[in-house]
Amino acid sequence: MTYARDVVALARKDLLLELRARDTLPAMLLFVVSTFVVFHFAVGSSPSRLAANGLLWVAIVFTALLGLGRAFVPEREQRTLDGLVLAPVDRSTIWVAKSIAALAFLGAAEVVALPVYGLFFHRLSGSAVAGVVLADVGICAVGAFLGAIAVATRARDLLMPLLFLPLAIPIVVGGVGASVAASPGRYLGFLVLYDALFSVVCWATFEFVVTE
Amino acid sequence: MLRASGIGKRFGERRVLRGVDLDLARGGFLVVTGPNGSGKTTLLRICAGLARPTEGELEVEVGRGEVGYLGHDPLVYRELTALENLDLYGRLYRVPERRERVGMLLERFGLWEARHDRVGSYSRGMTQRLALCRVLLHDPALLVLDEPYTALDAEGAVLLDAQLEELRAERALLVSTHDPERVERFATAHLGLAAA
Repeated sequence: MTYARDVVALARKDLLLELRARDTLPAMLLFVVSTFVVFHFAVGSSPSRLAANGLLWVAIVFTALLGLGRAFVPEREQRTLDGLVLAPVDRSTIWVAKSIAALAFLGAAEVVALPVYGLFFHRLSGSAVAGVVLADVGICAVGAFLGAIAVATRARDLLMPLLFLPLAIPIVVGGVGASVAASPGRYLGFLVLYDALFSVVCWATFEFVVTE
Repeated sequence: MLRASGIGKRFGERRVLRGVDLDLARGGFLVVTGPNGSGKTTLLRICAGLARPTEGELEVEVGRGEVGYLGHDPLVYRELTALENLDLYGRLYRVPERRERVGMLLERFGLWEARHDRVGSYSRGMTQRLALCRVLLHDPALLVLDEPYTALDAEGAVLLDAQLEELRAERALLVSTHDPERVERFATAHLGLAAA
């Protein structure tokens, strides 16, 4: 119960910071909608279903990367991670809260982006939407973890995509499979497995990321 | 409460601290002095639990929730108000009667009227006062203060003097400063660091 209260307090702080600064979500929205507009004119309005799904997942992964790269920026700029690390809370609460906030931003961007995608390309099936939701969980869990690693380095802007993109490949495989396969169940199952596995690993090891 | 024996710190090839011994009991007030680059901040970060020594032994008898650390940065969010910052830390540190405690500290450090203003709009001195409120919020047993008088005006410095006077009997204080005369009357021990 205390753990949940700490997560709520930290996630609320992250959402409040974004609400005040408006640094991340507008950039994500602009990026994802612009990407669809560019693709729409580049490949026309009737690309194959497989190609259109590829475009969707490229847009989702890079939009998420944009948001996740900024996840720990307030903590870096104001060095508040020291304050959070010293607090007598389970340090994994910092990662859980960051993941929840990242998920909220990515979800908000997708609420706008998916209808735009439907308008320009194809209407998404229910399994494709389920794939997006499950992929979002994995993207944010892994991304928040890697964001904490990258923020401690000088080459953070370079390191974040270098660490994140290889780990996002299984998500794209699962997401595209759930969108186009005749029986998407096993791809959705694969995404559930990815989410569970990486969430447990990130949760268990986050303490070592934020302590010297 | 805090005992260090021969502690040192290296960052790669660069040595920033070497062979420091200290012993700080409850009621103790240790003043750390030294020129720029002598490792004062590194020593204080080690004592607060934010860094690990690469050599020597360190014993800290209190848990991390009982340490109050004031660094060069105020460790508060500029986009949040003073009240929101202290409320967040109060929740994380499980401060009993949080609202009353936050209100009392803001009042004491002259920030009550500005409690709903974002910290980004504060002057450097006001931010330092807020940082002191954050440090004292959970009534820590061990206070680690790195140049606490930085940016404080005369009134703020007097407020801090009064606070240190009140705290020193019941707690252990480790304070680094470039102005040792300011805290001389509180000091029970001194530690001078030489440039590494």
